[in-house]
Order: sequence, then structure tokens, then C-alpha cells
Amino acid sequence: MTSATYLPPSQGAAFAATADQTPSALPAGWSGRAQAQLAADEAVLAWLEIDLDASLHFAASLILVTDKRLLTLSSGDADAQGWPYQPGLSLSRSDHAGVGTLELCATDARLAHWHYTLAVDVAAGRLIDHFARQLDFTLTGTVPPAPTQRLCASCETPLLAGQEQCPVCSKEIHQPPSTWTLLRLGRFARPYRGQLLAGFTLSLLSTAATLVPPYLTMPLMDKVLIPYQNGQMIDPGLVALYLSGLLGAALFAWILGWARTYILALVSERIGADLRTATYEHLMTLSQEYFGGKRTGDLMARIGSETDRINVFLSLHLLDFATDVLMIVMTTVILMSIDVRLALVTLLPLPIIAWLIHIVRERLRTGFERVDRVWAEVTNVLADTIPGIRVVKAFAQEARETSRFRAANAHNLEVNDRVNKIWSLFSPTVTLLTEIGLLIVWAFGIWQIASDHISVGVLTAFLAYISRFYLRLDSMSRIVSVTQKAAAGAKRIFDILDHVSSVPEPNTPLHLPKVSGRIELRGVGFRYGTRSVTRDISIAIAPGEMVGLVGHSGSGKSTLVNLICRFYDVSEGAILIDGVDIRSLPVAEYRKHIGLVLQEPFLFFGTIADNIAYGKPEATRAEIVTAARAAHAHEFILRLPHGYDSLVGERGQALSGGERQRISIARALLIDPPILILDEATSSVDTTTEKEIQKALDNLVRGRTTIAIAHRLSTLRDADRLVVLDRGSVVEEGSHEQLMACEGHYYRLYQAQARNVDQEDSLRSLDLARVSDGERQ
Amino acid sequence: MITAPDYRLQRNPFGRLELTTADGETHVDVVPVRAFPISAPDDGIALVDPDGHELAWIERLSELPDDLRKLLESELASREFIPEIKRLISVSSYATPSTWEVETDRNTTRFVLKGEEDIRRLDAPALLIADSHGMHFLIRDRYALDTHSRRLLDRFL
Repeated sequence: MTSATYLPPSQGAAFAATADQTPSALPAGWSGRAQAQLAADEAVLAWLEIDLDASLHFAASLILVTDKRLLTLSSGDADAQGWPYQPGLSLSRSDHAGVGTLELCATDARLAHWHYTLAVDVAAGRLIDHFARQLDFTLTGTVPPAPTQRLCASCETPLLAGQEQCPVCSKEIHQPPSTWTLLRLGRFARPYRGQLLAGFTLSLLSTAATLVPPYLTMPLMDKVLIPYQNGQMIDPGLVALYLSGLLGAALFAWILGWARTYILALVSERIGADLRTATYEHLMTLSQEYFGGKRTGDLMARIGSETDRINVFLSLHLLDFATDVLMIVMTTVILMSIDVRLALVTLLPLPIIAWLIHIVRERLRTGFERVDRVWAEVTNVLADTIPGIRVVKAFAQEARETSRFRAANAHNLEVNDRVNKIWSLFSPTVTLLTEIGLLIVWAFGIWQIASDHISVGVLTAFLAYISRFYLRLDSMSRIVSVTQKAAAGAKRIFDILDHVSSVPEPNTPLHLPKVSGRIELRGVGFRYGTRSVTRDISIAIAPGEMVGLVGHSGSGKSTLVNLICRFYDVSEGAILIDGVDIRSLPVAEYRKHIGLVLQEPFLFFGTIADNIAYGKPEATRAEIVTAARAAHAHEFILRLPHGYDSLVGERGQALSGGERQRISIARALLIDPPILILDEATSSVDTTTEKEIQKALDNLVRGRTTIAIAHRLSTLRDADRLVVLDRGSVVEEGSHEQLMACEGHYYRLYQAQARNVDQEDSLRSLDLARVSDGERQ
Repeated sequence: MITAPDYRLQRNPFGRLELTTADGETHVDVVPVRAFPISAPDDGIALVDPDGHELAWIERLSELPDDLRKLLESELASREFIPEIKRLISVSSYATPSTWEVETDRNTTRFVLKGEEDIRRLDAPALLIADSHGMHFLIRDRYALDTHSRRLLDRFL
């Protein structure tokens, strides 16, 4: 370091201040050691705590960027190492398989390198920025421009206009679900407050009604039966009174019970339906990324059976439990009012029995949880095989798939067996405990009668009450496990509902009513899990231009298209349409400007007309026919038995690949988008069909900004410009002639294909011969 | 049987591997890649160039001369990162997302498990666990874990 490039400390502080990024305090364990290493006038500009050491073991060390040098402290040895700023230094990061590497290089050799897990990757990028800026400042003395974009305070991701919360930080909420998840169902119960209140009142009344009959046994015993045994005559009027009381209470309880169950079942069914719709609605707004990471079977189970389970919980278990609690409270009051001592003895064993039942239940719960997961495993096998049945059959692996299913099923059995071992013990245990409880009441009751404290009628009433009571204990204890199950189900539902789309809607969206079709990619990078798929791609596309994306498979072409469609959001950089970041536009509104034609066109079950009008359901028949004509689909549609009203299957299986593709082109034509994306639109068909599709595409492309991916380079002959991608970066750009002239990547790709085309031509003549034989279905 | 290969491999000042083939061509930034990193880590190692083209194939690491083997092993060690979980110390909750504290063959660490589906079953009894950042942890034999770990793990399977 020479004095000319030396940075006076005051200026260093000034620079740190202008950049408006005063570093946060050093982490607790480090500040002491760091201070010991720093010179008196040395200021820390940025720091990074990394979590791996040289041999990739978990161990913390600290990297500091000061105004004089780069400094590291490791947890193991006490030595700190420093590298003063000097010309030719560079700090860079790369990552592989989940490990990031930070390398400090001079012009002739690598000076040092550090490893870290991707948890601190963003912070590492920030450290490099600070380092580069300070290096530049130290060497040239000019203050580098401060970042123009607003950054997130904690991770320095660029924030967009209108974004209050950083989309990266807000995504990383790792709180376990609370056991109170079920209370969140309240949101869905609110619209039905009135009915719920009515249901509860009815519960109260019907429970009270059921408690009348045992009470009447008391006078029946004491005033009718016992006097009769003692020689008195039975008074028919009195008997009729008591019996009609019994009948009346029973009828009353019956009517109230019916009304209560009906109302509450109605409500819970509606809550379940609302929950299901809300979940599905939210699911639809989630990004492609979410669907990529989940199995179809699992998502279907969540929306189908989990909502159903919550439903049953609300309408059956919760209702029963509430009734039982009411009954216990009322019974206690009644028993207390009859005889306090006997009531105490009767109720005393209750908590103990309840506790014992609860313990066994707890055991069962873990078991049931496991049963659930195993069940999901069985469904997953089904969801995996049934869509792939052609492959299974083609390779004659039915037996293997059957054995896979059998294994999953066996696992299911094994887990169930284990649970059943405890489960089968459960009911007899409850019965035993009940009998013991009754025994205690009998014994104490007889003793009380013997010492003339209570009448026979009182004991009978107590026994009548208490046997109902014990019967309910079992079902009450079940509430713990069903609540747990329902809570688990609710959690899985709210997992979906809480999932913030990784393609978030902007808080204050901008609106672009008209789009000219100018697309600009600025330093776009995308990371999928630990793998960075594309990095630093910058392309500008003028309105109406057709750009072809070329490259080997896996070079990032499709990723780029997914990013432009905003199926995913970029990890770095930005995509702008007409100069506006696409992240600041409402997602659905933005996608309306884009027409997408995929390699495997998906036709929904319905008529051909419906399928063409998918993106614009209000389209007139004339519009549909015009679009079909332009897509060269009109004629073959007319050849079908029901014309435009022909039904096409789940995947349009009655149509050939080329026909389906032309329908999907008509679909894109109908919405008349300013931007068109063709993702391998002609790859899955033979060359003859490709020609037909190509004619349809020519109509589609005209006057629109078009981005086309094609494996066959011949498809891209009309492109204004070709962009050659390799391993996630742009390597070449230019017209076909220019790229051929420079004999680079594109030239090699083209040469390789030209050799294949010769073979393809001979294949095509075979194809044609077969077509003329009328072998097509 | 140890056979000397017909190429030379060395580390340059930038810490990258350089491969010189028999006909004198030199490739920089050569990367060793295990073909079966979990099931057979020492069998089948490819040396590939930065474009992903295979330059050489090593049937078995043990068949290489000592110096070459050491060079490759050190390079592999600095690139590979699948910590193997030896013991589960604690989990923050049985419902996901849950923070796990684990003892691995690379010291103790903690990570966040986003959902049960991030625990993938490899060929039994191995499990591969992906954390919230996509980092992978391996459990080579889940039945060989101690009782406490197994009990914790069982709640997630």
C-alpha cells in the first residue's frame, strides 16, 4: 500500500456514511477479538460470519472488511490474517452443492478462500460489494456511486417501488405451528355466528332435558316403590304424573337434539366447504415453484380429506364434547343439590379416571400420527404410478409396482398393528375403570343408607346419573386425540393458506393498460434450491422483434422463459417490460400480455371451442373461428364429427400432437398478446407436422415481440436475433449469419444438427410413405 | 492393482486443478465428480471440464497412484458437502417447520426442516434431509442411531 492510495480515516468514515450502510454491531462472541486485531484508527465497514471451515466442518469464523484491509478471524487458532488493499485484488464467490466459496485472488494466485453454507450467501454478496467499493476507493480515491435502488435493511435485496416488506426476508418464517391452530378456523366460523349461537342454546336445553329422567327416578323410588314394598298402595295418579314427566323429557330431548345436530351439522358443512374453496383459491395463486415441490397426491389429500376431517371434528366431536362438558357441569350441580357428601364421593374418582384415560390416549396419538403419514405414503405410490402407467406397462414392471404398493401397504399394516395393540386395550380398560367407579358409589351409598343419611331413591338417582357420566368419559377422552388430528389437519390446510407466493403481488401495483412489448433483462440470475441455474443475463428485446433462444438442454432457456412469464421470480437482477419491473405489476394482469405456446399443449376436458377460448371465455364464435383459421386448425376441426363442439379428453387424446399444438396456437392468437413465447412449440412433432405448425406460427408471430426456444435450429430461421445460452449465461448474440461467421458455440451446434438433418430427411420420406398408407389414427 | 493414468493432474496457483492429457492438451478448472456420491462414493469418479464434458473416468479411487489419489481426495473433500447426522440432539417442535440441533460428522449444527416431505427415503435404511436452504444432510442408517435420536426422528417419518 502506498501513501498515494492511503485512505485517511476521516474520509473512510465519510464514505461509510455516504453509502448509508453503517455496519451493524459485530456478533457477540467476536467483538472482543476483533477489536484486539484492529488498529486504533481502523474502521469496520462490513463483516460476515461464516459457518464452515477449510475442511467443510461446521465452525464459525469472521471476515471483516475494514477501511484498510480484509481481515479474518477463525474460531480455532488465535491467529488473524489480513490482506491490505492492493491493485489486482479481487474477491469473488461461487457455489456448488450447497457450499458457497469466497475466494480472494491476486493477479497471479489465489491468496485465500473460505467456505460457507448458503444461509449466508446474500450476506457474502454484500461483503463483496463493500470490499470492491472500498478497494476501488482506496486505489482511485473516487467515491463509488451509492446504490440507486432501495434495499431491504436486513438482507439488502433490492426493494421495488411499493414494496414495504422484503420478499426474501418475509418468506423465511420458521415458526412451528402453535397448538392453537384450530382457533384460526374462527375466521371461517364468523359468518355463521347466528346459527352457532342457536345451536349452542339448543345443546344447553337438550342436555338439560336428558337430565330430567334420572331425577324422576328418585321420587318414583321413594314415593311409589319403597312405600309399596312397605305395604302401601300405589297411587296411579302419582305414577302417571312421573311417567308422563319421563316421556315428556324424552320427547323434548329428542326434538331439541334433532334441531341442534341438524343446525350444527349444516354450519360445519358450510365451514368445511368455505375452507376447501379458500384453500383451492389460494392454491391457484401460488407460484409454479410451489407446485414443483409438492406431490399432486399430497395436495389433493390436503384439500380433500383434511378439510373433511376438520369438518367431522367440528360437527361431531367438538359438538359431543361441548354437550358432555355441559352435562358434567349440570350433573354436578344436581348431585350437589341432592346430597353433598355422596356427590363428592361420586365425583372424586372422576378426575383420576379421566387422567388415566388421557395417558393412554396420548400414547395412541403418536401412533395415529404415524398411521396418517403412512397412509399418505400409500396414496403417493398410487399418484406416482397411475399417471406413468404407460411406462410401467411398456417396461413390463407391473409386478415391481405391485410389490412397491405391497411394501407401502405392509408398512401401513405394521404401523397400524402397533397402534392397535394399545387401542384394543383401551375400551376394556375404560369399562373396568367405570365399574370400579360404580363400585365405590355402591359401597358408599349402601353405607349411607344403612346409617340413614340418604334414601334408596337418592342412591338410585345417583347411580343413574353416574353411569351416564362414565359412558361419556370415553368419548370425552377421545377429544384430545381428535383435536390433535384436526389441529394437524388444520395446520396442513393453513400451510397452504399461509404460504406466501414466491411470486408476490406488489403492495401498490402499477398498471400498464397497453404494452408495446419492449422486454429488458438486467443482470438476471436465478437459483433453484442450491443450484444456480442462470447468472447475470442481460438481453434487451425491441417491440416486435423475434428473438430465438438457443442452447443445449439445461442451458437455462426454459428457466429464462419461466422468469419472463413470472412463473418464478428472479433471484438477482430484474426483468422490465416497457421499462417497468414486472414485479411491480399485478401478476394476472401482466400474464394477460403474454401468449404462451408450450411443447406439450394441455387441453382441458371440454369442447374444442372452449379450449380455444380458454384465455378469453367471452370470445364470440366468429372470433374463435378466425383464430382457428389463422392457426391452420379450422379445417381439421371441421373434419371432426362434431366440429368445434367435439369433446377432447383429459389430455386431448383423440387428437394428434400437431393438431393439439395448433389448437393451443389458436388459443394464444385469440387473446392477441403483445408478447409471445414459444417454448419448443414444434419439438414434439415430426418435421412434416412442424411445417404445418410453422405456417400457423408465422401468423401468430407477426407484429408481436416473440421469444422462441427451439431445439431444431431450422425453426428459428425467421428470428431477427439469436441468443446462445450455455450453462446459464449468454455466450453469443447475433443473427444466424453473424453467428455462423464467428464459428463459435452456435456454429458447432448448427454443424452438429446439420449432420442429423440428413438422417431426419430419410426418416421423413419413410414417414410420408406411412401417412399415404393411411396409417394415422 | 495400481495403474498410472495416461494424463497428468496438478493444482495451479489459483487452487484449480489442471489436467494435461497424453497428447499434451491442458484443461484448466477440471472438477472431479463422483458418479454415486451416496451409494458408492469411491467407485466411478469422472474428471470433467468446466463445460461438463468428461475428460477421464476413474473406475476406483483406490487404483490410483498415491499422489494423484491424495490430490483428488483433497479436491473432493473441499467440494463435497453432505454432512452425515450421527445424533439428533433436539428438535424445536414435532410440527414443521422445526429447528433441529444435530451432531454430524462435521461438528454440531442446527438447521430448519421446512416440512416432513423434505425427508427423503433413499434405499433403506438411508434418509436424506434437505434443510430450508436446500442443504442436504444424510442419515446413513436410521436404525443405527441411538434411541433418543430414533424417537425424535420417528415423529417425522
